[in-house]
Amino acid sequence: MRRSSPLALRVVALVYLTFLLVLPVGLVFWRTFQHGAGPVVDALTRPAVLHAFRVTAVVAAWTVALNTVFGVGVALLIVRGRFPGRRALDAAVDLPLAVSPVVVGLALILVYGRFEPIGGWLETHGLQIIFAVPGMVLATVFVSLPLVVREVAPVLAEIGTEQEQAAWTLGAGPVQTFRRITLPAIRWALAYGMVLTLARALGEFGAVAVVSGRLVGRTQTATLVVDQSFQNFDQPTAYAVSVALASVAIVVLVVVNILRSREQSRA
Amino acid sequence: MASTVLGRAEGRARVVGAGSGTLLGAGLATTWLSLLVLLPLGAVVWRAGEGGLGRFWEAVSTPEAAAAIRLTVGASALVALVNVVFGTLIAWVLVRDRFFGQRVVEALIDLPFALPTIVAGLVLLALYGPGSPVGLSLAYTRAGVVVALLFVTLPFVVRTVQPVLLELDRDMEDAAASLGAGRLTTFRRIVLPNLLPAISAGTALAFARAMSEFGSTVLISGNLPFRTQVAAVHIFGQIETDNTTGAAAVATVLLIVAVVVLAGLEALQRWAARRA
Repeated sequence: MRRSSPLALRVVALVYLTFLLVLPVGLVFWRTFQHGAGPVVDALTRPAVLHAFRVTAVVAAWTVALNTVFGVGVALLIVRGRFPGRRALDAAVDLPLAVSPVVVGLALILVYGRFEPIGGWLETHGLQIIFAVPGMVLATVFVSLPLVVREVAPVLAEIGTEQEQAAWTLGAGPVQTFRRITLPAIRWALAYGMVLTLARALGEFGAVAVVSGRLVGRTQTATLVVDQSFQNFDQPTAYAVSVALASVAIVVLVVVNILRSREQSRA
Repeated sequence: MASTVLGRAEGRARVVGAGSGTLLGAGLATTWLSLLVLLPLGAVVWRAGEGGLGRFWEAVSTPEAAAAIRLTVGASALVALVNVVFGTLIAWVLVRDRFFGQRVVEALIDLPFALPTIVAGLVLLALYGPGSPVGLSLAYTRAGVVVALLFVTLPFVVRTVQPVLLELDRDMEDAAASLGAGRLTTFRRIVLPNLLPAISAGTALAFARAMSEFGSTVLISGNLPFRTQVAAVHIFGQIETDNTTGAAAVATVLLIVAVVVLAGLEALQRWAARRA
């Protein structure tokens, strides 16, 4: 009995992927390095670009930190907790993935903008959110909110509470139980979720474009540099920064694949 | 001794129940979620509805807004349809076929999720833009918008169908084949019904993503009102010109679509779980 799939299907699938994914990405890499690595390094080390990478790194670091704490906490709550509103919390966590990044930006402006009650009050107390880094962090945390929760929650559900209860009966406190029992069990899922969050944070464009005000040398991120240099016909910079971001994305893919196989071998 | 152990176990049970720690955590999580997500999204709907239903309708039916919404719905529907065919096909090839470089292709599927959307737009414009090496310029056309949306939605159907296909028992297919069913009949009568919930779920996700997409369409669409401007880009333009009411109205339309798709997905999953 022949079980292999017809060759034609393979060819159609691979041609589709080649023209949609491989050729476009490959072409940008090729064009970027067409004249060697020198021009790329020049483009990437210009002060405005370096500053943009620094802003991106700061926003991404805050995002990963906040979403790790929130993600593990909420995963514990929705898997282990019994409290009113648990299902509503579970559903609300997924909401951000379905919201357009531009709408995320608009939503934050309508609450934390200078001319809105809350944003105005915060600004008179010395905290500017919109057109500043805090707003960019909020926007990025918003768009990547479910990523850690959705990786950690299924693992928590799967491992159950027996080991934790055993640790508890042996006299371990909540912190010790979490550090010695829960954390080792969820570490690969957590790492996976954190890497996904990092990738999303480094690459976020729409929400950040709205709330940052795109102030060159102040709130401009790497993805905003790509857009701006492309619109200004500065193709070398747009390509160089794109290739840098794409390289990070490819590294993330490799890491994620390694983590996934670790997780599977653990299970 | 036994009683202290029991006491501790009960204490634990109280902590995982509605204990003070759980309630404190739930309170903190809810507060953060409210400040970050619920209050801002509520503000969008509030701003859209502030002037009453008439004003809302006026804002979403300006020629430019209506054209953007129409294009977004049409392009997303087309993209969802293409994903049904090619997503299922790619999942099938990845699970049932064996060829050189398969693991690379397998990893490549997630690239659109990892790649920043603005970079996705830039790479597509490199191949399908002015001076295209393949002689196909889609810049500033609706076809370009569709290609950008196909790029960013590629993984959804593949990644939902793949695990189901992997779990699918092949005995049924073998039985059908031994009874004289051809490949096509076996696929249509045996495989497809089993994949249908996964295909629908993946398609719904792809549709929702296409409806809300911004970054990948910015460069390739050229942002031409009435022609290539999608809803998210339209909202962006309205924010830039300080028309937050108009922006909020179109944003509310997108939010409603997102909520409907999510609710439909939830219902679909419950239905599939019941059937299984």
